[in-house]
Amino acid sequence: MTDRAFAVVRAGALTTVQDQGRPGHAHLGVPRSGALDPAAARLANRLVGNPSDAAVLETTLNGCSVRPRCAVTVAVVGAPCPVTVDGRPVAWGAPVRVPAGALLDVGAAVSGVRCYVAFGGGVSVDPVLASRSTDLLSGLGPPPLADGAVIPLGHAAAPHARVDTVPHPAPPRELILRVTSGPRADWFTASALRTLTTRAYRVSSASNRIGLRTEGPSLERAFTDELPSEGMVLGAVQVPPDGRPVVFLADHPTTGGYPVIAVVREADLAGAAQAVPGTPVRFVPAGRR
Amino acid sequence: MRVLPVGDLALLVELADGDEAQALHAELLRRRAAGLIRVREIVPAARTVLLDGLDDPGRVGAELAALEIPPLSARDEDVREIPVRYDGPDLADVAAHWGVPVTEVARIHSAAEFRVAFCGFAPGFGYLTGLPEHHEVPRRATPRTSVPAGSVALAGPYTGMYPRSSPGGWQLIGTTDAVLWDHARVPAALLTPGVRVRFVPMPSAPTHSGAPLSEAR
Repeated sequence: MTDRAFAVVRAGALTTVQDQGRPGHAHLGVPRSGALDPAAARLANRLVGNPSDAAVLETTLNGCSVRPRCAVTVAVVGAPCPVTVDGRPVAWGAPVRVPAGALLDVGAAVSGVRCYVAFGGGVSVDPVLASRSTDLLSGLGPPPLADGAVIPLGHAAAPHARVDTVPHPAPPRELILRVTSGPRADWFTASALRTLTTRAYRVSSASNRIGLRTEGPSLERAFTDELPSEGMVLGAVQVPPDGRPVVFLADHPTTGGYPVIAVVREADLAGAAQAVPGTPVRFVPAGRR
Repeated sequence: MRVLPVGDLALLVELADGDEAQALHAELLRRRAAGLIRVREIVPAARTVLLDGLDDPGRVGAELAALEIPPLSARDEDVREIPVRYDGPDLADVAAHWGVPVTEVARIHSAAEFRVAFCGFAPGFGYLTGLPEHHEVPRRATPRTSVPAGSVALAGPYTGMYPRSSPGGWQLIGTTDAVLWDHARVPAALLTPGVRVRFVPMPSAPTHSGAPLSEAR
């Protein structure tokens, strides 16, 4: 085994390998997958001198610890969190040199949900359909990190960015999701549409990479017929029989049989990726483009 | 045809039935290959086609509304043959729904010609249409927590095959060794929308390997 690798010491609640995903295969039932906060993943890569589509780690809530077998430059962005090397605090949101054999610990998120950890040279697991992303819905790509696993790294091509600070949005205290009308808005009552865009929802703890589930007032259907399966887009607000809207994120199924009442602007989905359970959610009508 | 906006970048085209959806899907693939339409995803489904990643959904929607869709032609494509052992645990239930002896299920199912209407549920899982309407069966009242990979199953108007083990509520009528999904292969999916399929019965008890198809029942 080459020494361009790191060992997983603490995998954390859920740490996956992510890049910009595998769009273009929805007709085969393959979700697009990819980093839930793609801007954070791109920024992490930029800080260590990687191309923006290099694979990074995406952590969930409590970070992870890894021990690189080679000296490597890393950067942690996304949710703010303490970062240490062999127990010594180092910078978040900036390139950090980790010596071979040292322990890099990405701590629990202080706010937000997901941290992105880029390594110079990128995480170099085998690509599947041109992407290294872990897809939790369909099981494509590498499995989530497990304690003791050894994960290969690529060779760094460019020097890392020399920066002191980077602009990065803070995780939302209130999640504002701009929506346009969905293809099946007419399957709901007029009052359900009003409810969606005027009442308060909260992020449910059942949220995951497949969807942001919400708690709040139930949305009433005008038709109770069964909807034949149809294609689903990223950001679709699907309403299952319990009436609570679910916003589809990167690992969402490519077809579905519950009606889509609205669609969230793609630019607002990174906020959805960083909203902790309990965060207030408001769906607001988007202006026409 | 009804064209429904889906967010800022996508359109859902609703057709009268599955045949029209498959015909539009085939026409859209032709138009994309000819450079007449730029779109990231074309996703056929039961009676819709989703176009996602459009530069100008408004213009494409207007073009679609004026589009003449040629009917599906079955002659110019090969039929993919899939060997099946008709040994599923729900054979008796399916036979009861159809009102035929259990041994007739294999004959009826393998006599039909199928087409992959759409994919979904899991990579490589195709929804195949082609069984006559009076042979539709309901889903099982209680889904199985684990359906073995390679299971051949029926639900509603569709036949499907499980590329890998997963929970599922379809009625299991048989098993295939066909590799439905292999990401090291190009294309990774054995079945893609539009592909025509015929099932070839194999002996259900594997007494010896390489049994000739002529022994099939």
